Amino acid sequence: MNPLKTLTAAAVLLLAASGLAQAGAALNAIKERGFIKCGVSDGLPGFSYADEKGNYNGIDVDVCRAVAAAVFGDAGKVKFTPLTAKERLTALQSGEIDVLSRNTTWTSSRDSAQGMNFTGVTYYDGQGFLVNKKLGVKSAKQLDGATVCVQAGTTTELNLSDYFRANKMKLTPISYDKSDESAKSLEAGRCDVLTSDQSQLYAQRIKLAKPDEYVVLPEVISKEPLGPVVRHGDDDWFDIVKWTLFVMVNAEDLGVNSKNVEEMKKSANPDVKRLLGVEGDKGKDFGLANDWMAAVIKQVGNYGEVFERNVGQGSPLKIQRGLNALWSQGGLQYAPPVR
Amino acid sequence: MAEPISTPVKPPFWNNPQVRAILFQAIALVVTVAFGLYVFDNTQTNLRRLGIASGFDFLSSPSGFDVVQSLIPYSPTSSYGRVFWVALLNTLLVSALGIVLATLIGFVIGIARLSKNWLISRLALVYIETFRNIPLLLQIFFWYFAVLRAMPSPRQSLSLGEAVFLNIRGLYLPAPEFQTGFGWVLAAFGLAAALAWLAARWARRRQRATGQQFPILSVSLALLLGLPSLTFWLAGSPLVWQLPELQGFNFRGGWVVIPEMASLLLALTLYTATFIAEIVRAGIQAVSHGQTEASLSLGLNSSLTLRLIILPQALRVIIPPLTNQYLNLTKNSSLAAAIGYPDLVSAFAGTVLNQTGQAIECIAITMTVYLTISLLISLMMNRYNRRVALVER
Amino acid sequence: MAEPRVPHSNLPPPASTVGVVGWLRRNLLSSPLNVVLTLLAVYLLLVALPPLLRWAFLDASWSGDNRAACRSGGACWVFIRVHFDQFMYGFYPDGQRWRVNTAVLLLVLGAAPLFVRAVSSQFKVRLGLGLLIVYPCVAFVLLKGGMIGLPVVDTSQWGGLLLTLVIAGVGMTAALPLGVLLALGRRSRLPAIQTLCVTFIEFWRGVPLITVLFMSSVMLPLFLPAGMNFDKLLRALIGVTLFQAAYMAEVVRGGLQAIPKGQFEAAAALGLGYWKTMGLIVLPQALKLVIPGIVNTFIALFKDTSLVLIIGLFDLMNIVHNATTNPEWLGFSTEGYVFAAAVYWLFCFGMSRYSQNLEKHLHTGHKR
Repeated sequence: MNPLKTLTAAAVLLLAASGLAQAGAALNAIKERGFIKCGVSDGLPGFSYADEKGNYNGIDVDVCRAVAAAVFGDAGKVKFTPLTAKERLTALQSGEIDVLSRNTTWTSSRDSAQGMNFTGVTYYDGQGFLVNKKLGVKSAKQLDGATVCVQAGTTTELNLSDYFRANKMKLTPISYDKSDESAKSLEAGRCDVLTSDQSQLYAQRIKLAKPDEYVVLPEVISKEPLGPVVRHGDDDWFDIVKWTLFVMVNAEDLGVNSKNVEEMKKSANPDVKRLLGVEGDKGKDFGLANDWMAAVIKQVGNYGEVFERNVGQGSPLKIQRGLNALWSQGGLQYAPPVR
Repeated sequence: MAEPISTPVKPPFWNNPQVRAILFQAIALVVTVAFGLYVFDNTQTNLRRLGIASGFDFLSSPSGFDVVQSLIPYSPTSSYGRVFWVALLNTLLVSALGIVLATLIGFVIGIARLSKNWLISRLALVYIETFRNIPLLLQIFFWYFAVLRAMPSPRQSLSLGEAVFLNIRGLYLPAPEFQTGFGWVLAAFGLAAALAWLAARWARRRQRATGQQFPILSVSLALLLGLPSLTFWLAGSPLVWQLPELQGFNFRGGWVVIPEMASLLLALTLYTATFIAEIVRAGIQAVSHGQTEASLSLGLNSSLTLRLIILPQALRVIIPPLTNQYLNLTKNSSLAAAIGYPDLVSAFAGTVLNQTGQAIECIAITMTVYLTISLLISLMMNRYNRRVALVER
Repeated sequence: MAEPRVPHSNLPPPASTVGVVGWLRRNLLSSPLNVVLTLLAVYLLLVALPPLLRWAFLDASWSGDNRAACRSGGACWVFIRVHFDQFMYGFYPDGQRWRVNTAVLLLVLGAAPLFVRAVSSQFKVRLGLGLLIVYPCVAFVLLKGGMIGLPVVDTSQWGGLLLTLVIAGVGMTAALPLGVLLALGRRSRLPAIQTLCVTFIEFWRGVPLITVLFMSSVMLPLFLPAGMNFDKLLRALIGVTLFQAAYMAEVVRGGLQAIPKGQFEAAAALGLGYWKTMGLIVLPQALKLVIPGIVNTFIALFKDTSLVLIIGLFDLMNIVHNATTNPEWLGFSTEGYVFAAAVYWLFCFGMSRYSQNLEKHLHTGHKR
C-alpha cells in the first residue's frame, strides 16, 4: 500500500501547486481575455433589454459598456449574460461574470457574508406597488388580503413580508423567477398587485398590453440603492468599476458630455483637464490608459445622458430624475473628485 | 517441423492478471481521490478568497419571506430550516398526489389500450403517443400559462352551490372544521375497519373450508359507512364546513388548490400516466394467453379473469418499471421551479439559496433529499418485489 | 335409393359478419359494455374535435405580419410565422444562417445511407463511425466559426431549434460511449471499479436534472481554480451528458446481463482478452438487444433538453416562451406552445417509430 500512498500524496501536491498559481488580479485576467463578462437582467426595459437582434441597451448595460471603455478604450468589448434574480449572486461569486450590473440592491449581508463589493449607486430606488386601476386601491395600506406577485430571491420579497407584517395585513405572495412572468401574471389577474423597485414597475408597465390601466401606488416602502457589484478580493478591479461610475457623475457635474468631450479637452478648468487626461497621470494609478476617463465619457456619456437616454425623458419610461439628480440640484448623486 | 519446445518464459509482471487488477483499481482510486481532493481544495480556496460564508448555521436564522403554500405553520419569522420542511412537504404532497392519480389513469388507459373496442383502444393510443412525446416542462407551461390563465377573475368565479369556487387564483373548497366529539367518529371508523378486517378473514376461511361465499364487500361497506355515521349523529354532528367566501381581493377560508400546484399536478399526472399505461399493457401482454383461455374454460367471466388471473401475474412484470416511473415523477416534480410552486428546488434551492448566498450547502441538501427519497422508494419496492416474485421450484 | 347428396354451393358468410357491418359489430359493438363505451367515445369526439378543428384550421389566421391580422377568433398562426426564423436559429446573425442550414444538410446527406436497407452493414458501420468522429468537428467549425474565414458566432447567440439539436446531438453521441463504459464498470469483477461505477450511476440517477443543470451553471466554477471557466453551453452539455450516461449505463447493463455465460467462456477459450471479448463478442450482441432502450433514452434526452430554459439558455422551448411574453404579441401562448409541442412531438415520435421498426426488423423470433 506504500506506493499507493506516495502516489496519492504526489498527485495532491501537484494539484495543490497548480491551485496556488491562481493568485493575481482579476484585472489581468480580464485584460488578457480581451472583453468583460457582465451579468445583466433578463429583460427590463430601460435597465437592460435585448432587442430582437440580441443587442442590449439600458442603464445597467451602459455601466458595463463604460467599464469596457475604461479598460479597453472600446465600449463594445463586453459580453452580456442575462441572469435571473436567483442566478445572479452565484454567477458573480463563481466567476462566471466579472461584474454584476443588474439592479441589485446594496445590503449589509450581500456586502459581507455573500462575498460581494458594491461599487456605488447607479440608481436610488425604493420599492412600490403596481395595481390595476379597476381595483380602486389608492394606498398600499388597503392591500389587506391581496395576492402579490414578486420576484423570487430578491430584497423586494423580504420587504414585502415586512411591510405586510408591520401593518398587520394578510399576504399571499406568488414568487416567480423572471420579472416577465410576474408582469404576465398581473395582467392575467393571477395577482392583484405587482411589487418591485419603482423604476422596475415603470419599466414593467410599458411592457403590459394596456399600460394605462395600471397605476403605481404612492407608497415607497424601502430604500433600494441599486448598483454594480464585483467580487470580494479583487481590489484593482473594484477600483476601476467604482471610479467609472464616479467619472460619469463628475462629468455631468463639470458639464462634460459625449458631444463636447473633444472641445472640453481644451478647457482651462483644471478639474476638467484632470478628468480628460490632459493633465496629470490618472491612468497609471489604475493601470489603464491615460485618457480612459475621456473614453468613458465619449463612448457612453455622462451620468445625466445615460439616465435620460434610457429611463428619462428620452425614453418611453419618462422617469423623473428625483433622488438621482446631482447633489448640486437637490439629488443624491455625488462623486469624489478626480485628484 | 516441430519446433523445439522452448522453456516457458515468465511473463512480465504487468501481464499477470492479478497484479493488473490491483494496479488498475489502485489507479482508478488514486485518480478519484485526487480529483475529489482537487475539487475540495479549489472550493475551499475560492470560498476563502471570496469571503463567502459557509457552514449550516444559516438554517436557524429567520427567513423573512412568505411562502404561498405551507402544510405546517409558517411565517416570515420562522427559520430557513423551517422553509426546508415546508418545501420538502410541498414536494412530497405533489409527488404523492401525482403518484396516486397517475397510477389510476395509467391502469385505466393501459387496459383501455388492450380493449377489444377499436375506438377505445385507438383513443388510448392517441393519448399515449401525444402526451408521451412532448416535454414535461412544455406541458406544465401549457397548463399554467395557456389553460389555467383563461379562468375568470375572483369576482366572476365559476361556482358550485356557493361552496366550491373556481377562478384564476385557484380552486376553493370547503374545509372541514372538527368540533369536540369528532374523536368519537374517528374511533368508530377505526372500530368499523377492524371489524371489517375480521369479517373478511372469517369469510375467507369459511370459503376455503366449505366453499360457501359471504357478501363481504357489502357487509364491510355497511360497517365502514354505517358505524361512523351513527356515531356522528349521536355525537351531535361535530363537524362544520368552513365555506370559502369572497372578502376584499380574494376568497378567504376553505381549502385552496393554487393553480401552480394544479398545473404541475395535471402535467405530471398526464405525462407519467402514459408511461404507466405502456407498462401495464406490456405487463398484461406478458401473461401467456393460455392463462386467459384456462380461466375462461373454468367458467370465470372476463372481469374475474382480469382481476384474479391476469393482474396478479402481470403485477410481477409491472412493479419494477412502475417503481422507476414513481421515482421519475418525484424527480420531475422539481420542475415546479419554472412556475413558482414552492417545492424543494424552487423555495429552498432557489429562494433560500439566493437570500443566503450559500449555494453549495443548499444544493447539497437538496440533492441529498432527492437521493434519499430515491433510495427509499427503490428499497421499499425491492422488498415488495421480493414478496410477490415467483417462487420457483 | 337415397338421393345423392348434392353439396350446396358455398353460401356467402352472413352479412352481419363481414364488411363494414361485421367490422363494426366485432370491434365496436361486441357487448353491451362495448356499446356504451363506443357511444361515450363518439360523444367525446363530437364534443372535442369540431371546436378544435375550427380553432386550429377553419377560423385560424394564416397571413399578415402583425397582431392586427388575428381577429378571426381562431388560432393566430401569424405569430408563429413572424417568429419562425427566431424559433429555428435563435439570435444567430441573419447573414450567417446559411452555416446552420449547411450543417443540417451535411448531416442529412451523410446519415441518409444509414437508413437505406440496401446498403451493406459493413459500409454502414464505417460510415457511422466516420460520421461520429468527423461530423461534430465539421459542424463545430461551421457553427462557431473563427476558422477558414468564417466570423465567430458566440454560443450565447445560438438558440432555437438549433440549440436544442446541438444539445441533443452532443448529449447522445457522448452519453452512449460513456454509458457503455459505466455499464462495463458496473459488471466488472474488480471491486473498486465496480463500487465507483455504482456510486456514480446511482448518484446521477437519484437527483433531478434541474439541480444538475443548476449546479453546472452556477456552481461548477466554484469547484475550479480561479480564472478557469467554461462556456455556459459547454457546462450545460457536461451536465446533460453525465446525467444521461448514467441512464444509458443501466440500459446497457440490461443487455450485458442477457448475454449467456457461454459466450464469455467461449471467448476466453479462444484466448481473447477482456477488451476483445467485450468489443467483439459481448457488446455487439448486448447493444443489439437493447436498441429500443437506447432509443428511449435518446428520446428522454431530447425532451430533457427543454430544461436548459431554467438556466437561461435560449433553446426552442425558451425562445418560444420568451416570444409569448413579447408585449406586442401577448395572448398567444397557446399557439406558441402548440407549435413547440408539435416540433418536439415530431422528433420524439419519429425516433420511437424508427426504433419500433428496427426492433421488428431485428426480431426474428415467433410472434403471438
